[in-house]
Amino acid sequence: MRIARVYAIAKKEIIQIRRDPLSMAMAFLLPLILLFIFGFAITMDIKNLKTVVCDLDKSEVSRRFASDLSASGYFIIVDPSVDYQQIERIIDSGAAKIAIAIPRGFSENIRLGKPAQIQALIDGSDANTATIAAGYLSAASDMFSAKLSPRRSAPAVDPRVRVWYNEDLKSRNFIIPGLIAVIMSVIAALLTSLTIAREWERGTMEQLITTPLKTSELIIGKLIPYFLIGFIDMLVAVSVTVFVFGVELKGSLVLLLVVSAVFLFGVLSLGILVSIMTKSQLPASQIALVMTFLPAFLLSGFMISIINMPYVLQLITRIVPARYFVTIIKGIFLKGSGLSLVWFDLTLLALFGAVVFAAANMKLKKKIA
Amino acid sequence: MSGNGVTVKVEQLTRMFGKFTAVDHIDLEVGKGEIFGFLGPNGAGKSTTIKMLCGLLTPTSGGGYVGGLDIMRQSEEIKKIIGYMSQRFSLYDDLTVEQNIDFFSGIYSVPRSKAQGRKDWALSMAGLMDRRGALTKTLPTGVKQRLALGCAILHEPPILFLDEPTSGVDPISRRNFWNLIYMMAEGGATVFVTTHYMEEAEYCDRLALIYRGKIIAEGSPKTLKQSAMTKEVLEVEMENPVEAMEVLFTSGFDPSIFGSALHVTVDDGMVAEPAIRKALADAGMTPLRIEKIAPSLEDVFVNLIEVS
Repeated sequence: MRIARVYAIAKKEIIQIRRDPLSMAMAFLLPLILLFIFGFAITMDIKNLKTVVCDLDKSEVSRRFASDLSASGYFIIVDPSVDYQQIERIIDSGAAKIAIAIPRGFSENIRLGKPAQIQALIDGSDANTATIAAGYLSAASDMFSAKLSPRRSAPAVDPRVRVWYNEDLKSRNFIIPGLIAVIMSVIAALLTSLTIAREWERGTMEQLITTPLKTSELIIGKLIPYFLIGFIDMLVAVSVTVFVFGVELKGSLVLLLVVSAVFLFGVLSLGILVSIMTKSQLPASQIALVMTFLPAFLLSGFMISIINMPYVLQLITRIVPARYFVTIIKGIFLKGSGLSLVWFDLTLLALFGAVVFAAANMKLKKKIA
Repeated sequence: MSGNGVTVKVEQLTRMFGKFTAVDHIDLEVGKGEIFGFLGPNGAGKSTTIKMLCGLLTPTSGGGYVGGLDIMRQSEEIKKIIGYMSQRFSLYDDLTVEQNIDFFSGIYSVPRSKAQGRKDWALSMAGLMDRRGALTKTLPTGVKQRLALGCAILHEPPILFLDEPTSGVDPISRRNFWNLIYMMAEGGATVFVTTHYMEEAEYCDRLALIYRGKIIAEGSPKTLKQSAMTKEVLEVEMENPVEAMEVLFTSGFDPSIFGSALHVTVDDGMVAEPAIRKALADAGMTPLRIEKIAPSLEDVFVNLIEVS
């Protein structure tokens, strides 16, 4: 291993990246754009659900119920007095997701202390939203009942729930840190997937092969610039998460950066390996994209919890590096996890990197055929 | 091991690509300080041979030595003592002249104390002293190739492999390039060069002709012309050489066009000349001139290929 040769490769690569606007955009702009798009688009919180009310009771109490719903912020009443017959058409047309019908005698029943029923019709075509809406609605009804008669009847079990780590239950708090892991998987692998293939395509590889350059020197020289880029991206992404999305970083920034470095080494090496195997930029970038994006998105626990997956899929997640990174980065952001909690996942992440790096070194041959 | 004064030696070197034999059991010896020309038409196996010598390809069978090192087992050692330049692709187009030189200087581990001197040498050799900051892609092909040669020999290798180095370059640039090759050889370097330009072959100390993977002749340009050419060449100058060629073809001769004249390879010029005149006269044509000429290397080569 000669430092001079590694340095020559790294320096050349940096010059080439800086001279190519497309590479620069992919290295620095794309991760930021993805972070903003996904960060604002993906949310599992539901707000401002369009709601219509068919108030047949037309009492002061029924109006108060409706206005309490809208005051919660989860429901927005687009029409407070529709005919019952209109409801089906309104839900069909998508003008509202929820229709609430308050029957005649609603206020009378409340006054008499009898159960007062309301009917809620929810558009279930988006099951997730429907479930959450139903939950909000029953919570809102419970609060309304409690307000009417605080001491009327004590429930048998009264859970006092306190949520740890993400007290506000804002989905943004756990989505954005995981999102960093997904985006960095894709960007890192994509960047390096092009580098060795480019040398083959342009024919410069042939020249390199006839020099004393060692394959390990070439790989390390190629990794260094992209590692620096990845690290800068990482710093920017964490800053945006904290300062733009307002997610609090509870754990250590240093630990987060150490883990990021280990993670980057693994996915950058994966990109290099793909580049070595395909020898051609287009298939290399496509394979790198599919190999990183889908597993990182679906199998990392970023959005879909791993424990609820079928056992076979759970096993497959074990070879997805983003899985370990997602776990660690969520832990550091939300729980303030320290090294004592993350060391196991960190070790597996390092192992992944070592295996892929070794494979890349074995697969790169100084021969043209 | 190679004998004294021999830098490249191969025995029964063979390379197959699937069922196709690109290089077929060839033997070669190149002496130290020689300019060795490897001639042949496209696809004859020139590049494949040079690539095996430089460690780009592994031979299917046979073997050889470069600078006393085994091409089968010591290809990485060989890479320290050779410079390789191919017709295309050796430089980074998106780097400047100077960045390319610095890059290869680093790759060849040119010592820091020598690097600046070698860079100036390469710049002046390529005539790029004033354009060191220019992007390589903006250079004309001829200049690019001189720069590529400069980059390939920054580490002053004793053995140079040049694979069609002047392909696609104008005649003047080609001549300039060959002056550089002479310069290297005078400095003691061995130069192994492939080409399909016949006039370039004349510049070499020794030649080997390869055709369909086999070496069909070997020697200095002079001896090749004398010994390999048992036949004679008549130059027939015509007003309409293409039509005349057809006429001679149908009369059983073997003409080929050289500019406005035809070269007809015959066993005996004294016998053939009247026959050619008659064949042309029968077709209503009169040759401007018929003359026995010394065969050029191209005649030799065309003849050798037909014989094999």
